[in-house]
Amino acid sequence: MSTESVSYLPSLAISRASSWALRHSPLVLAASYLLLCALATLEPSWLARADPLAADPLAAQLGSSGEHWLGTDQLGRDIFSRVIHGARYSLSISAAAIVIAVLFGTVAGLIAGLARGWLDELITRLLDVVSSFPDLLLALMLISFTGPGTFNLIVALGVASIPRFARVVRSQTFVVMESGYVEQARTFGLTFPVLVWRHVLPHAVAQVPILATIGLGGAIIGTAGLSFLGMGPQPPTAEWGLMLAEGRNYLYNAWWIAVWPGIAITLTVMSVSALGRYWQARFEGREYS
Amino acid sequence: MNPPRILPELAAERTSHPALAAPKHGLRRVARGLRALPRSPGLTRIATGLLVLWAAVSLSFAAIQLAPGDIVSLLIGEQVSTPAIEAAIRQEWGLDEPLYLQYLHYLWRVLHGNFGRSYILNTDVAALVSSQLWPTLKLTGCALVVTIVFAVGLAVLTAGRRWGGRLASGIELVLASTPSFWLGIVLLFIFSFTLRLFPVAGDRGFASLVLPAVSLGLAQGAVVGQVLRHGLTRALDEPFALTVRSWGVSGSALRFRHALRHAALPAVTLAGWLFGGLLSGAVITEQVFGRPGLGKITVDAVLAKDMPVILAIAIFSALIYVVLSTVVDLLYLLIDPRLRERRTRH
Repeated sequence: MSTESVSYLPSLAISRASSWALRHSPLVLAASYLLLCALATLEPSWLARADPLAADPLAAQLGSSGEHWLGTDQLGRDIFSRVIHGARYSLSISAAAIVIAVLFGTVAGLIAGLARGWLDELITRLLDVVSSFPDLLLALMLISFTGPGTFNLIVALGVASIPRFARVVRSQTFVVMESGYVEQARTFGLTFPVLVWRHVLPHAVAQVPILATIGLGGAIIGTAGLSFLGMGPQPPTAEWGLMLAEGRNYLYNAWWIAVWPGIAITLTVMSVSALGRYWQARFEGREYS
Repeated sequence: MNPPRILPELAAERTSHPALAAPKHGLRRVARGLRALPRSPGLTRIATGLLVLWAAVSLSFAAIQLAPGDIVSLLIGEQVSTPAIEAAIRQEWGLDEPLYLQYLHYLWRVLHGNFGRSYILNTDVAALVSSQLWPTLKLTGCALVVTIVFAVGLAVLTAGRRWGGRLASGIELVLASTPSFWLGIVLLFIFSFTLRLFPVAGDRGFASLVLPAVSLGLAQGAVVGQVLRHGLTRALDEPFALTVRSWGVSGSALRFRHALRHAALPAVTLAGWLFGGLLSGAVITEQVFGRPGLGKITVDAVLAKDMPVILAIAIFSALIYVVLSTVVDLLYLLIDPRLRERRTRH
């Protein structure tokens, strides 16, 4: 390797990366926003100094100022700080719900796809029944058994999204089991669990991360909606849906209480869905538009 | 060395051989009998719908049985229990009977539209739900109109156009990512509090319906519009579009009269999802705008653990979903003759 190419390569890589970034500038914006969200989830105090729970009745319902960038709410709490700290609740609740849905959905789909016959029929029908209830109503039904609360909200949202993942894994398992290479692998005398673990599962779940990314957007809206109804975390938690519910009552005097958390939700869902769609387009070999 | 494993295809062939597939027990014989029935896709679809509905009712019965704690205290909810109420529940649900009788009893009652009593509101559940049905139907109906008008408008105007398509894709992404209840709050602030064009809350005539319907319908319209737009773009690329244009038909007439019909087929399959979204959205939108309706009683019932009301609403929404998706599937069979021929399942 000559010295020339060494000095040439990084600059080429940089120019390629920057031209890619220019062509996909919305994606770059989305990814950077999500990085900020991740930072807000892990270490919110780096982004916002003020205590999200510290009330100050003398500074209630103030508009935006140098001290309070996005103003203060009805109790005088700093909205910027509450929105930043809210990322932790909103994102971790929806991510945990999706993890539950992915785990149980994959297992159910894999079992149905491998077993075929009556077990497959049973699982498929069960999924049909679960998905014949609208997602949010199903979640509300589950919460009515367990009562409101963060953990119950996660479980309810997660269970409601199981069918989506199970269906995809099931049909992919069918496809993979029919394919030539599994037949081939079978002739090597592999035991069934090894065959499934090493050869079937990786291909059956190939699309799951993409679905999970797109599903995360829906889960964030679902989390906000259910906490808006008072089914999730309880006041004074700084959670986006809960902040919207509180802000709804002060709309006349202080619109900013309800507006900023909503913008945070919309931007997050937009970024997540844009990345998910780009990923899906790449996976299917299409150009993203 | 493991014994050679039978490939599933071979195994299937073996069992499907008449000599080998002697029915071992009654269930298999019933299944074979059902399979021998003349198969019409329409009948199959209706049978599947009924099966799903029965399972939904059974699932809600099982949920009550499996829920932690005593059934009586579960059904009473947050209300303070008195011996009289407990006796009424025992009698109504037949709790002293064996489980299978309770189940049949429950099925029988649900079949007759008897969903029991709410011990919190002290009313008949069926009467309560049907009294709150109309405001919610009005809201979802108007939201559906908004959805369709917005989706068709956006798709017809922008499909197959380079910058129009990009703009539409951006609008769809933003609207589909916006929680409908937050959109409602923003609309409420702009049009009710600031411009004072619409009433702030409640159910007072058509004017109070506009903002909730728009906030509920736009997010759904974005998703439907996306499907329509993709279908329309594809239809406009097909040879028939060129043929129609060669007859001297204008571009907009081609879009509205010819291409839209092709694009509508995939969008029609979204109907079940659309209904679920509208009903879920209505629950929250009603809270935002302080409207009466199913949403309000659902939220109140969940917070008070008013189980009979929750079960009734769940079964009711499953019923609508099943009826709607069955009708849509049958319509689909009517519209597209190619599907009538196909007999493969899944």
